[in-house]
Amino acid sequence: MATAAGTLPQYGTHTGLWSWITTVDHKRIGTMYLVTSFSFFILGGIEALLIRSQLAVPDGNVIDAELYNQLFSMHALTMIFLAVMPMAAAFFNWMIPLMIGARDVAFPRMNALSYWLYLFGALLLTSSFFFTAPNSGWFAYAPLTTLQYGPSQAMDFYVVGLLILGISSVAASLNFAVTIINMRAPGMTMMRLPVFVWMTLIIAFLLFLALPPLTVGLIQLLFDRNFTTHFFIPDGGGDPILWQHLFWVFGHPEVYILILPPMGIISEVIPTFSRKPLFGYSAMVFAGIAIGFMSWAVWSHHMFTTGLNPIPRAIFAANTMLIGVPTGIKIFNWLGTMYGGNIRFNTAMLFAVSFIPLFTIGGISGVMHSSPPIDGQHQDTYFIVAHLHYVLVAGAVMGMFSGLYYWFPKMTGRFLNETLGKWNFWLMFAGVNLTFFPMHFLGLAGMPRRIYTYADGMDWGFWNAVATIGAFTLALGVLFFIINVFASLRKEPTASDNPWDAPTLEWATSSPPPEHDFDVVPPVRARDPLWYDRDHGIARPEPTDEHIHMPPPSYYPILLAAGVLMLGLGPLSSLAVTALGVPVILYAIWGWALEPTH
Amino acid sequence: MRQFVGMRRAIAAAAFVLLAFGLAACSFSDAPQTTIAPRSDNADSIQSVYVIVFWLAVVVFIGVMLATIVFALMFRERADRQAKQFHGNARLEVLWTLIPVIIVVIIAVPTFNSLAETSAAPPEDALHVEVIGHQWWFEFRYDNVGGVEQVVSANELHLPVDRAVDFTLKSADVIHSFWVPQLGGKVDLVPGHENDLWFTPNTVGEYLGQCAEFCGDSHALMRFRVFVHSQADFETWAQNEASDAVEPTDEAIMAGQAAFLGNACIGCHTVQGTTAVGQVGPNLSHVGARTTLAAGIMDNTPENMANWIRNAPSIKPGSIMPAFPALSDEDLQAIVAYLQSLK
Amino acid sequence: MAAEAHAAPVHHATSTGTDNRKLLMWLFLASECLFFGSLIASFLVFKARMVLPPFPHAREIDSSLLAGLPEVIQEQCAHVVSDTLVECHGILDIPVTSASTFVLLGSSLAMVLAVYGAQHSRPGMMKAWLLITALLGLTFLGFQVYEFRTFGSEGLNLSTNQFGASFFVLTGFHGTHVGVGVVYLLSLLAASFRRNGLGPEAGFHVETAGLYWHFVDIVWIVIFTVLYLIPS
Repeated sequence: MATAAGTLPQYGTHTGLWSWITTVDHKRIGTMYLVTSFSFFILGGIEALLIRSQLAVPDGNVIDAELYNQLFSMHALTMIFLAVMPMAAAFFNWMIPLMIGARDVAFPRMNALSYWLYLFGALLLTSSFFFTAPNSGWFAYAPLTTLQYGPSQAMDFYVVGLLILGISSVAASLNFAVTIINMRAPGMTMMRLPVFVWMTLIIAFLLFLALPPLTVGLIQLLFDRNFTTHFFIPDGGGDPILWQHLFWVFGHPEVYILILPPMGIISEVIPTFSRKPLFGYSAMVFAGIAIGFMSWAVWSHHMFTTGLNPIPRAIFAANTMLIGVPTGIKIFNWLGTMYGGNIRFNTAMLFAVSFIPLFTIGGISGVMHSSPPIDGQHQDTYFIVAHLHYVLVAGAVMGMFSGLYYWFPKMTGRFLNETLGKWNFWLMFAGVNLTFFPMHFLGLAGMPRRIYTYADGMDWGFWNAVATIGAFTLALGVLFFIINVFASLRKEPTASDNPWDAPTLEWATSSPPPEHDFDVVPPVRARDPLWYDRDHGIARPEPTDEHIHMPPPSYYPILLAAGVLMLGLGPLSSLAVTALGVPVILYAIWGWALEPTH
Repeated sequence: MRQFVGMRRAIAAAAFVLLAFGLAACSFSDAPQTTIAPRSDNADSIQSVYVIVFWLAVVVFIGVMLATIVFALMFRERADRQAKQFHGNARLEVLWTLIPVIIVVIIAVPTFNSLAETSAAPPEDALHVEVIGHQWWFEFRYDNVGGVEQVVSANELHLPVDRAVDFTLKSADVIHSFWVPQLGGKVDLVPGHENDLWFTPNTVGEYLGQCAEFCGDSHALMRFRVFVHSQADFETWAQNEASDAVEPTDEAIMAGQAAFLGNACIGCHTVQGTTAVGQVGPNLSHVGARTTLAAGIMDNTPENMANWIRNAPSIKPGSIMPAFPALSDEDLQAIVAYLQSLK
Repeated sequence: MAAEAHAAPVHHATSTGTDNRKLLMWLFLASECLFFGSLIASFLVFKARMVLPPFPHAREIDSSLLAGLPEVIQEQCAHVVSDTLVECHGILDIPVTSASTFVLLGSSLAMVLAVYGAQHSRPGMMKAWLLITALLGLTFLGFQVYEFRTFGSEGLNLSTNQFGASFFVLTGFHGTHVGVGVVYLLSLLAASFRRNGLGPEAGFHVETAGLYWHFVDIVWIVIFTVLYLIPS
């Protein structure tokens, strides 16, 4: 197995396009998530470079206002919904079953469905560039989004795209919650789960609980735009602030949905390369749970300037500050893990370690504007842009890259090149700081967000130029990664089962793993099971002749996803398309239910 | 020994970063729209919290960064080193749960103080101004100044020094945000809602403001200016602003008035004392006295004004004011001359 | 066929002992709680701010507000209280909706009996009660269609006011859930006529469908209380 040449690793005997379309193997679905999300990461990056080119100098005229507004809106939507979230999903798909000692996720076909819905939703949302792309920001504040102020179909693309992506995310999160709760190997108790798995479980709960309020907001917006209601239209008695509440009840947990998976990744990488157990495992887990709970009680800090009364402002401020406590615990525990170690600095570890101070910058600037008076100055300025990018790029993206370098040998059997990796890391590290640190200064100098141009004489020119140089440096760093991937895939697979001497179960099988993941599911005797077995001289159990049954491929997931896409295309074209989608969905569900899986 | 050199280098780097922070913090107080050079009680109150939080943030950042660098250098891979196998340390974990708690309390106390100060009721004698956000300009309506009940103006806000101003904030279309960083924190203008904000400017001068909530195509071009005058200068300005527009005596300017009143202008604009009573666009009764045009985006020169009237959407994308390609050059120049005369 | 591979009911070994599919349904219903919770919250936001008739419950308003409203709506406010006040009657018909609520509650009982039949290897009983449950669900939907039509004829639609918008969207989505449930039950019923019926896991399948059905029923109890029974 797994030695076939080619750009993508092959598993078992299934090859060809059709085998990818019908696959229900979590590893192949993980690969598809990874490739797709990385493609959208590049698209989002190109959008960012256009934005930065326009802002490089005062009165820039690289792009006009109309296109700029589409680009900054789509940059956020692309990066959040089409790149970072699904990249986390790629790691869940690849690693969660392996890390808990399962042969697949709980619902392999539903897993494929999640992917196809994500792909179709992403293509639909992106295709809006052929018409008018969403141009009211990812937050889409009403009434700018209503027909009167947004007569193009841009916001219909937004609504339908996000609804489809939402269904995909809910399906995936339910699947992973069930998988983690129910599919653990013998001996893998909850308090032995790797921290990455814990973080995944937390964000799965956040996802399927936080998306419904957004769904309701989107449905109301859909009705306002297409079916004459006035939920968010003040003239008809509606209230634009209601949208903000529905959006941010989702939107704030969403921030943690984006950052907890990378936190989980570096909680795997740092102990492995420090060669010692994670410091304060329980505190790490409970801090994650606390963040998950508290993320529900802070959404109005996005709305401090909307005229909220002082008492709720004080309460939401206090909650927001308190969420800094579990976050601080995590930072100290990573440092505690490094202390006393014998640290191997390869690229994966460099990315993971850089996460600590870089995320701290985003974290503490977050605590700064948790104070409503300060937020009055920072809200909607480049200070916030700096803050959120330190969390999501310097934090989440650097964490994801750490994961890519760490798990690439497991996924492909090949190592990424370390020299190219160092270039990749240092360019990205320099790029991130050059791009986003000056934005703090711009914010303090009073530069608002989402402006397509600014006048000379505002003293914003210099740091904007620096930020633009930084953005291109960052892009160059990413380019090194892409080169590295293609170069490494041409090499012979040399990775052993556990090349890093890592402690978790995904390293207790071949690299890449066989279709059925483990010849024998390894029993778990302790947290960090492979180190326990190593230190106690316990060998991996011998394979038995037992027949391992894997679910057969199925085309119903992609068919069902196509039906849902047709449902969604209705509001963009004709309701007849929606009507046609219903029988497709029913056929796919019935076929699915009756399809033999044994 | 090697690790000592590394550590000294790390500490030097940290000191450099600290210095850079300090310099950066100071240099931005000179920017025209700076957020850290307060000139009102409201902005002062914010600044007092900000300074505390800023230095705390610097200390935390330096601490974490130093720890990361020092640990990275101290525990770098060495052939003779064995990683110490331990899972945690209860006392340390309690300690570093307490550190963020203490930091949070230090931030919370001044925050709540400032919140209470800035959301207290305004003084009784406050000047009352209604701010209405439009795509993409600001309308200002002053109560009881210059001897009349209400004075309507746009894009340039004139205030007396050392007197509280109580704003009522509204919007005519989408959500905007009213923000003059040196005079106070921003508050949104939300259609269907009325928001409040008050502050007392304490220094005579000119301050820049800008819409801070994305409001469509030309959000970037929705700017305004605040002029804080001495009490006497403010009275002079108010008397002038409250009076009807100047009636032209010069023949060329009279022609301009006729062209203005005979064209589509009056459908949207008001000039007090004439038949122009439109309510869609800014009140132009004293437009000649303004320093800028089109919501603070260009100087008020005859040339800029002519370009604006000829083709506003080319200057401000999406502008509700249309282009007037059919207007003769003669009429255009006459209208500009008339408007410039409205001091 | 799935069923043929196993002679005895399948027991999937799971970490918690709960079947994956049942756990999935529970977590899905948790997600649905937030969905209906958000819809109900939106309704409550607007309920406190309703200005113009039609109103859900009787209310006095300033008669000047009636100017310009369609005649069919003005007629609802014919009761003059004083020079400036008129009383508008509420358009919710609580007795009729109580009846439909009762029908839906009854369907939950029928669902319980269908589950009993499925779990105790009594396919006839299971089929009969599945059918009755679905029919009661359809009856409820019939009531809803009647109610929507009546409100329409009284001048209430999606654009009339915030009550109309939030009422139709909330109850419409609930009705859609009932409709999906009916299709779900009828699909089980149809499948049960195959040679092997619902197979060895019949009890499990019907029980999981029952979880969904009871949930939709409970949501209606909440909606009925919040929208209908608690006056403005």
